[in-house]
Amino acid sequence: MTDPGSHDAPASPALQLSEVGMVYPNGFTALSGLSFQLEEGGFLALTGPSGCGKTTVLQALAGLIRPTSGRITVGGDDPASANHVACCFQDPRLLPWRTVLENVCLPLQLAGVDRADGVQRSREALSRVGLADAASRLPRELSGGMRMRTAIARALVVRPRLLLLDEPFGALDEVNREQLDDELLRLWEEDRMTVVIVTHSLREAVYLAQRVLVMDSGPGALVADTEIAFGPRTDSTRTDHRFNDEVGRVQRIFRSERAS
Amino acid sequence: MRFLFHKLLPPVLVAVLFLLLWEGIVVVFEVQPFLLPSPIRVAESAAEHWDRLLWATLRTGGSALAGFLIAAATGIILGSLLGLSRWLERGFYPPTLLLQMVPLIAIAPLFVIWFGFGASSTIAATVVVAIFPVIASTLGGIRSTDPQLLELFRFHRATRLQTWWKLQLPSASPSIITGLRVSAGLSVIGAITAEFVSGYTGESAPLGSLIIASVQNFQTALMFAAVLISSVIGFVLFGMVNVLGWIILHDWYGERTR
Repeated sequence: MTDPGSHDAPASPALQLSEVGMVYPNGFTALSGLSFQLEEGGFLALTGPSGCGKTTVLQALAGLIRPTSGRITVGGDDPASANHVACCFQDPRLLPWRTVLENVCLPLQLAGVDRADGVQRSREALSRVGLADAASRLPRELSGGMRMRTAIARALVVRPRLLLLDEPFGALDEVNREQLDDELLRLWEEDRMTVVIVTHSLREAVYLAQRVLVMDSGPGALVADTEIAFGPRTDSTRTDHRFNDEVGRVQRIFRSERAS
Repeated sequence: MRFLFHKLLPPVLVAVLFLLLWEGIVVVFEVQPFLLPSPIRVAESAAEHWDRLLWATLRTGGSALAGFLIAAATGIILGSLLGLSRWLERGFYPPTLLLQMVPLIAIAPLFVIWFGFGASSTIAATVVVAIFPVIASTLGGIRSTDPQLLELFRFHRATRLQTWWKLQLPSASPSIITGLRVSAGLSVIGAITAEFVSGYTGESAPLGSLIIASVQNFQTALMFAAVLISSVIGFVLFGMVNVLGWIILHDWYGERTR
């Protein structure tokens, strides 16, 4: 096993999809001939209209569904057996009878990590998302934003090399969503894990990611793959005209690909 | 004080009114004591036969409690096993349903043949009567586990046992508690009915036998006392389940638990 901290590890792709297709048992073709790869430590956003198959891609990367054709590897392994992968779903998916701390601890308990060690790591993860004081509260006592932070802490606690997020902040109000976007960027800058986020918002995709993949439906396939030429995000980024130009550029790519 | 006034006063008031009405009817219409003894006569009879009633209560209460606990434990396990696969459910649910459909009074003599006269056949009959609501409520609760949470557990590669213990069982617990409430009431019915057949007479007879014997001896007041005590046993079991339910559920269901 290579030391995750070493910088001269071979630059094997963190994830690789080749000619991936997905046909559901009811005959619906969700994906067709999808190929891309992502380097270790990259931040990728998958975007596109509803029904374009972006969530299907994420579920396949998480090992929850198996594509009907093509091949996916995560860190060289089959997604169903890859380690150090974490996932945040569209909703927080917390166990209502467990405290925040116990919810964060769940993946470690399931993996058989020693109890004291698990609690220690869960507390660290909670303080990283600013919830150290809420450890003993129940999910129903939290706001929507705090529940989502708990879900992020539960993802961080496994020390992921690959973090998958499926429209994680879609149900939150704008202020909360932007704040959590910024926290996600901060966490990524600290840990440099590989991140794949699915979002239907082009703005959010451009704001967060180094690279944006745009998909379209009928059947789900890539229509654009573009690097985001924009420096570190700051407080003023969202109102910076260069950021807006970049969003406009991706939007135009999407529209022209769709028209053709 | 407010609690006493609003929660305790209404049932106590109704009970007192009921007893007064009962006493009044018996006195005014001069009802024969062997047809309907007055509440005071019932109390006198209970005081007179307190030692027999105490024994009977302990025996019947013990049988009902033992039967209820066995039904609860095996019911939760069986319900969980049926919840594991549709195949098991299709195969084993109909015979389980049979337990509910078969009239207890018809099979109680069989338990006497198998387990002899006394507590063991009473307990066996109680289990048969009380187990179905637990199986059905456990199965229903496990089947209604949030599929998104199941997906979360699948993502974390939880084993079947982990998924059952950490997700499905807690999800099903409100439903299981409801089943246990029904089952608590049935346990007493089961125990008394079984004792009609399997009980034995004499100084340490259980409530079911005591009821039969007192009817045959025209000791209607004693019978009334035994019947009232049977209901008290039912209330105690029911109360135990409510306390258990409150302990398990009040954290995450809060005000909704009742």
